[in-house]
Amino acid sequence: MSSRMIGVDVGGTFTDIFVLDEATGKAQVAKVPTTRPDQSGGFLGAIGARVDDLSTVSVVVHGTTAGTNALLERKGAKIGVITTAGLRDVLEMRRRDRPRTWGLRGEFTPVVDRAHRLEVPERTLADGTIRTPVDLDAVRDAARQLIADDCRAVAILFANSYANAENEVKAVAAVREIWPNAHVSSSSEILPEIREFERFSTTALNAYLQPEVSGYLNRLETALKDGGFGGEFMIVQSNGGVMDVDTAAKLPVRTALSGPAAGVIAAGYIAQAAGFPDVITGDMGGTSFDVSLIAKGESMLSPQTSIDFGMVVRSPMIEITTIGAGGGSIAWVDRGGLLNIGPESAGSTPGPVAYGQGNTRPTVTDANVVLGRIDPDNPIGGKLARLDVEAAKAAILEHVGKPLNLDALAAAEAILRVANSRMAGALRLVSIERGFDPKRFAFMPFGGGGALHSGAMLADVGLARAIVPRYPGVTSAMGCVIADMRQDFVQTVNAMLDGIDAQAIGAQMQRHVDDGLAMLDAARTTFEARETTFTFDMAYLGQTHTVSVPVNVDVTDGQVSAPTQDQIGEAFDGAYRATYGRLLANGTRRVINLRSAVTGKRPRFDLATLAPAGGSVEAAFKGTRQVYFDSAWHETKLYDRLALPVGAEIAGPAILEQPDTTVLIEPDLVGRIDAFGNTLIERATP
Amino acid sequence: MTTEIDPITLAVLAGRMEQIADEMDATLFRAAFNPIIAEAHDASHGLYHAVSGDTLVQGKSGLPIFVGVMSFAVKAVIDKAAKNGDLEDGDIYIFNDAHIGGTHLSDMRLVRPYFHDGKLFCYLASVGHWHDVGGAVPGNYNPAATDAFQEAFVLPPVRLVKGGETQTDIIEILMRNTRLPQSAQGDLNGQLGALDLGVRRMDELLAEYGADTVRAALDALQDRAEALMRAELSDLPDGRWEATDYLDNDGITDTPLAIKVALEISGDTMTLDFDGTAPRCAGPVNIALPTAVATAYVAIKHIFPSLPANAGVMRPINVKIPDGSLLCAPFPAPVGGYTETILRMIDVIFTAAAGAAPDRVVANAYGTINALSISGKRDNGQPWVMFSFYGGGHGGSAESDGLNHGNAPISTATIPPMEILEAAYPVMFKQWALRPDSAGAGMHRGGMGATYEIEVLEGNGAKAFLFGERGRYAPHGVAGGGDAALNVFSYEQDDGWHHPPMASKMVGIRLEQGQSVRLDTPGGGGYGAPSDRAPEAVARDVAAGFLSPDKADTDYGPAWQEVTQ
Repeated sequence: MSSRMIGVDVGGTFTDIFVLDEATGKAQVAKVPTTRPDQSGGFLGAIGARVDDLSTVSVVVHGTTAGTNALLERKGAKIGVITTAGLRDVLEMRRRDRPRTWGLRGEFTPVVDRAHRLEVPERTLADGTIRTPVDLDAVRDAARQLIADDCRAVAILFANSYANAENEVKAVAAVREIWPNAHVSSSSEILPEIREFERFSTTALNAYLQPEVSGYLNRLETALKDGGFGGEFMIVQSNGGVMDVDTAAKLPVRTALSGPAAGVIAAGYIAQAAGFPDVITGDMGGTSFDVSLIAKGESMLSPQTSIDFGMVVRSPMIEITTIGAGGGSIAWVDRGGLLNIGPESAGSTPGPVAYGQGNTRPTVTDANVVLGRIDPDNPIGGKLARLDVEAAKAAILEHVGKPLNLDALAAAEAILRVANSRMAGALRLVSIERGFDPKRFAFMPFGGGGALHSGAMLADVGLARAIVPRYPGVTSAMGCVIADMRQDFVQTVNAMLDGIDAQAIGAQMQRHVDDGLAMLDAARTTFEARETTFTFDMAYLGQTHTVSVPVNVDVTDGQVSAPTQDQIGEAFDGAYRATYGRLLANGTRRVINLRSAVTGKRPRFDLATLAPAGGSVEAAFKGTRQVYFDSAWHETKLYDRLALPVGAEIAGPAILEQPDTTVLIEPDLVGRIDAFGNTLIERATP
Repeated sequence: MTTEIDPITLAVLAGRMEQIADEMDATLFRAAFNPIIAEAHDASHGLYHAVSGDTLVQGKSGLPIFVGVMSFAVKAVIDKAAKNGDLEDGDIYIFNDAHIGGTHLSDMRLVRPYFHDGKLFCYLASVGHWHDVGGAVPGNYNPAATDAFQEAFVLPPVRLVKGGETQTDIIEILMRNTRLPQSAQGDLNGQLGALDLGVRRMDELLAEYGADTVRAALDALQDRAEALMRAELSDLPDGRWEATDYLDNDGITDTPLAIKVALEISGDTMTLDFDGTAPRCAGPVNIALPTAVATAYVAIKHIFPSLPANAGVMRPINVKIPDGSLLCAPFPAPVGGYTETILRMIDVIFTAAAGAAPDRVVANAYGTINALSISGKRDNGQPWVMFSFYGGGHGGSAESDGLNHGNAPISTATIPPMEILEAAYPVMFKQWALRPDSAGAGMHRGGMGATYEIEVLEGNGAKAFLFGERGRYAPHGVAGGGDAALNVFSYEQDDGWHHPPMASKMVGIRLEQGQSVRLDTPGGGGYGAPSDRAPEAVARDVAAGFLSPDKADTDYGPAWQEVTQ
């Protein structure tokens, strides 16, 4: 009987897999190198490493960077745009921003050539009135020109189509008549929300990704089916929910933060199970440190993100803040004599000096190597046989030690102190920006490198504890298995609250619910529950800044009971007061957007099944190594982390090793294995 | 006697203190009611020297121009408190007087002395652009003002909080002098909250590291910033380079106003001498001395972007502002149009610096804020005012062509979406487009300017007001690059299209329903000789429609015609 669930996360360097046997609760993990340019090789290789018979698998969930990479590397399809007369440059003009505050350098080229952005006579006004009906002959001529120029997808982008989609709908139909192509889309289908640049950009980037991403997903699905897989294939979205593969092929832009979002979902689940619903996650990669905040078990969602300068995607996504302090970030001393970390990075290729692949400038990882925190004889990932400690030391001495008049060890400690301080700063800022006191949060490192730095986060930010999940290197793959199915919808309303047509609002909600539930029904997964949430973006007249207003709306058996004007008004007053402290006397309240989310709750697995069975501290003990802390070498005990039993307490200094992660317990800290196999790192009580 | 500080602690403290300022920024952005602060981030926070008022640390998210100007606000408070001899722990001063604190009257400055163990340690300050501070025109952008009183109410530095006691009288005066008291109260609360947070964070920092160490770090950071600046200047050749450019007029009298700089590098020092700049004028393109000095800092940081935001950078730089010039106009000269003047200062500094450091300098950007306001009354009598700034091209650089449609070098604000404007006001944009042939030619051409054409939809018609520049003097290229196109403003009347007599400024032109106004904004100047531009790049611009075939031939010669796409 098919009872296995598989999560596959394809990252820049590694493809991770998490296999859960639903019957036994037993989990397996594996890590294989990511294949390029076609990631499907690594994807299938990773599954093959753990599963012989695909017919025993019920669900495969994929966290993918295929879309993100295609955007960053500009490897999407040649596409065309048909747009309102006078507006063909909206995509190129952006919102009149610039790449960096200081320097005034840099340029921007949109993903659609200007010659393939064609204008047609048509115009809808802001109130939905059609001032100029769309000239369908002009639309057909434009489509023919785009066909002749070998475009593979077309985006139809009309002004104010969020208020009335009629002209766009007619144009789409006219194009499809003469151009049988799955990749014809309009801005009102993809994002019926006011703000033309954001809507056009999201729609155009989606079209740019459609041919590539749908091709990639089709190859994967076909290969899975050929291997005997008969279950459901799903894709993680940036909002932390999953969608079926057909939806993903139609809306690839929603996968922009697929992998990282899955990691945050898993981190939130693990932390909550461990009893710590307030957690800040830190994913340390080669070039960056990605931070995300989870309060009361809920991840923060941001309404949009920029994949790169000028490449804006507007759809709800897990909020992730990135700073340039990863393992490969380069340490350097500026001409004023100040030690800096990054933003330049050696990444994973050529990587740190210790990798011996050509980089000669010291990185954060080099400092960890020189101080004995990373085992030079067993490098993570298994690509290299051994790390070159002496080369790392020489580079640190040359580029940091000499200019600062420090020996190599002091210079390596300096690099870590400055890097830790920057990372701690990111933790403080994400909490302050959301109005939280960072001290009440736990820190959860995931990815390969974060667990070397958790002690520093406790010290610098004043956090009570860090939680290192049992498999920090495959957190995103695990998140794939945990994530719920979720669809987000938006519709701009743009009406005064006074006299609002509540029945029309209710009908719009019903359309969103119908579409969302249809998607859940079509999925072959079982859901424990179905949830619908509704939020309005609202503001006082004259204010451009909106407040997010959750409204309780009854949905019974899929039927929406429309909220009344008073209910919406009360919800706004409550949300506004919570944000600004007081209401505006005599202010006119406006409803800008309706946002609906339909979620199918997938069954949770019991994290305790991941916990170690048996084992002993003695058996896990592997020996000792000299590690440098606070200007001195300390004899530091080494343990096989996965062999430590539940309840084990390891006093620092100690290092817990597992194939893809090194957990550092500094002097004066203690690590404890909890009932789920997580390692809790806290201050030792004297 | 100074405490020695080790380089590791210094590097850590540098980040910690910068973050205190960043957290103050974040606190205000989150709390502010007014979108100019909440979304456009027209605000700034920092730590300032206890005696000199020099900028010690400033947040990264605030507006570029504030980085240099805030130290003047702090110094004004230091002087006032010294005169009265009554500085107390728990005081918070507030003021908007631009002749003392720089920029314009919309910027409300709060300055708070920070005491540690009963001794003054440093100052914390917060500045934010309030939505309305009285005066003749809502929003305080009055192109016809001939003194400060027509621009806004003027508040000198006064104590809003006295030894911890809030003076509610002052708040009442403030709130009675704004058209938007709720907005002002929200901003004020946000600024006070940011200062409170700054005090808490400083307390934690000093408890952790000790006052002597933190003071030593602050001193060392200034010294290191100075060393960085001197090292950069030492790399440049000695010499003197001059540049002159012009403002079209002051909006009152149609006479060009020269902005002139002589940039001299000698060893590791630089002098910026603005001798030869036009005298004080009647209209609002005057600026106050603090604004002029702060602008020099903005230009220098654009040329050397990695310099830190502290006063040490300015030690090797001597900024000479001639007495009587429009760059140091005394109270109550109007200064509401200061943006235009400081953009021109930045342009001449760039042009002159290109002689010394051609690789580091970017050609002139479009060089005007183009404040366009269209207002009228709806059928139901409700008044409406659509007010926005419009973008243009950035200059080419040694690396690449200039950015198309960017924001002004003194700002980081974005433009509102067209659909938001159309939903809020009875207008329709017939064009929101890049403007062909607007960029300066060069090896790397300038970025494209924009064309915005706006039709009035309302039966009652409307009136248009414009405060712009670059209508008669185009943005310059550098290193042999060509000039960009002029700023062109047009408006429709019954007998066809017209241009305003003052080229880039006009007050209250009447528009009937169906009539339009059009802004054709400048691109950026070019970088390097046009003859060095690859013919493929010229052909690409022609194919894209950015460059007309005629202008391509004139600027670059016919070689592009041979390129097969």
